[in-house]
Amino acid sequence: MSVDIKLAALRETKWYEFAVRFVFGGLVTVLAGVITEQFGPVVGGLFLAFPAIFPASATLVEKHERQKQEKQGLPTKGERRGREAASADAAGAALGSLGLLAFGGMVWWLVPRFPAWVVLVGATLAWCGVSLLAWNIRKKL
Amino acid sequence: MLQEFIIRFLVGGAIVSLFAVLGDLFRPKSFAGLFGAAPSVALASLGLTIAKYGSGLAATEGRSMMVGALALCVYSQAVRWLMMRYKLHALVVTLLSIFLWLGISFGLWFILLR
Repeated sequence: MSVDIKLAALRETKWYEFAVRFVFGGLVTVLAGVITEQFGPVVGGLFLAFPAIFPASATLVEKHERQKQEKQGLPTKGERRGREAASADAAGAALGSLGLLAFGGMVWWLVPRFPAWVVLVGATLAWCGVSLLAWNIRKKL
Repeated sequence: MLQEFIIRFLVGGAIVSLFAVLGDLFRPKSFAGLFGAAPSVALASLGLTIAKYGSGLAATEGRSMMVGALALCVYSQAVRWLMMRYKLHALVVTLLSIFLWLGISFGLWFILLR
């Protein structure tokens, strides 16, 4: 199972689907800020790993896969394939959350010692590295 | 205050959208799903927190974020299981499971961080 980039997938996404994710992302970022202001950084920090975009993304994945099957005249199969695609998306998110754990750890450990932008770039690379490693290990099992 | 909210909204929306588009591009879906747990909100929030309050607050947020990430891992696995086991739609499962994320996050916060 190799990783592919499919640029045509962007054409499947409607403008309002991009807009929904932008609005969700913006609102959750504002919410995280408000919670930090009101309840402090210990509680606010929890919301930096809130499943902000996941409901919208998983719903889109399910919908696109179902529509693909329906176009081929397979509505019953479409339901199942849509669910399987969204389920695979969730499995990926579970592995990505291990990367997010590494991201948080890097910020906690390094941000008092190094310039902020260096830490944020390093932590993003750590998220990437740990997520890819977890995905590769999962693939081999 | 309003200006700060607007900046947070725009920066957060842009970074979340960027990772969401990356997730759209990749196949297989299990790989694309990695981007569902991208540090998008964290990058936007931490950048602005550091700019406003300095690094001490950001370090504390990073520690709490680790707890949130554990909850996200359980949340994602639960979504996967519920969808396949009970044949439910993604929107219903992902939204209802947010209560699970909240429960685990605040449960761990109570045990580990309070």
